[in-house]
Amino acid sequence: MSIFSYLLPKKQSSASVAKERLQIIVARERSTRGGPDYLPQLQEELLQVVRKYVPVDQDAVNIQLDRESGCEILELNITLPEEAAQQS
Amino acid sequence: MTKIVVVTSGKGGVGKTTTSAALATGLALRGFKTTVIDFDVGLRNLDLIMGCERRVVYDLVNVISGDANIKQALIKDKKVDNLFILPASQTRDKDALTTEGVEGVLNALRDDMKMDYIICDSPAGIEKGALMAAYFADEAVVVTNPEVSSVRDSDRIIGILASKTRRAEQGEGDIPARLLLTRYSPERVENGQMLSVEDVQEILAIELLGVIPESQAVLNASNAGSPVILDIDSDAGQAYSDAVARFLGDQLPHRFVNVNKKGLFGRLFGG
Repeated sequence: MSIFSYLLPKKQSSASVAKERLQIIVARERSTRGGPDYLPQLQEELLQVVRKYVPVDQDAVNIQLDRESGCEILELNITLPEEAAQQS
Repeated sequence: MTKIVVVTSGKGGVGKTTTSAALATGLALRGFKTTVIDFDVGLRNLDLIMGCERRVVYDLVNVISGDANIKQALIKDKKVDNLFILPASQTRDKDALTTEGVEGVLNALRDDMKMDYIICDSPAGIEKGALMAAYFADEAVVVTNPEVSSVRDSDRIIGILASKTRRAEQGEGDIPARLLLTRYSPERVENGQMLSVEDVQEILAIELLGVIPESQAVLNASNAGSPVILDIDSDAGQAYSDAVARFLGDQLPHRFVNVNKKGLFGRLFGG
């Protein structure tokens, strides 16, 4: 190992990349856990409807199901692109 | 009181069967009457790891379908007292496992055979066999490798354990699940090439039962058909012994998680 390697910025280790990726995917999968099986399909179909009018990204639709003392709340978040928002 | 323990992981090849064999043997060595059941119907392997493959006559599915009773199907271990093996069927598929059938087998092991522990060696995946292995469990051991796909699958299994066991369905809450990290290499962790035990624990957020180092002893043990916990001089064998002690409630420090620093002599002459 040369002396210069101490001066160069340290490359991120593969283990820390793995940890970051895992933290993100695990958090995402946990948020849909226990929900009804139709959620992914609902998300897909909603996305298609929205896309008929506004060009949005695949991950622009976010569905969350919360349970609160006996009632379930289906929360739907659609992030519109900036241009579309300005047109209206 | 009989305790039913599922050894599970989601991903295949991470060490479920090795762990089931070691845990069952370790509990039997401590005087607990223990049966280890192979739930991997169609892909039986526990018999090989336990070294009793030539003594299999009846299997789990035979007992469920009534072709044999539990006494006929149980294989008594030749090396360790109090230890019994119930092999999986090699010819049938996992649909042969029914909730009532599995419950009947577990009840017979508890009431007729007076087992202290029943270890359920789960197949990989989240299909019927895995669900049946976990359904009646009082406790779970989640076997994980420090590697992304294994950790992700373990998280999925932890979620299933929290919702799809009988205790969860009856509203009695989650069953306790503890993490066993296997194939751990402290050198690679130190070099930043492998997730550390702290990383995995932080992501999965369950109690740590033990860390089993990557070891030649595990392959030696499976080659010989003798659970690695019986290889008391090996690192993996000792790590499993510690894990069994912790499983029973002992507080022990985790060994084999740090790199052994070689002294000057070791560095000059060591391999």
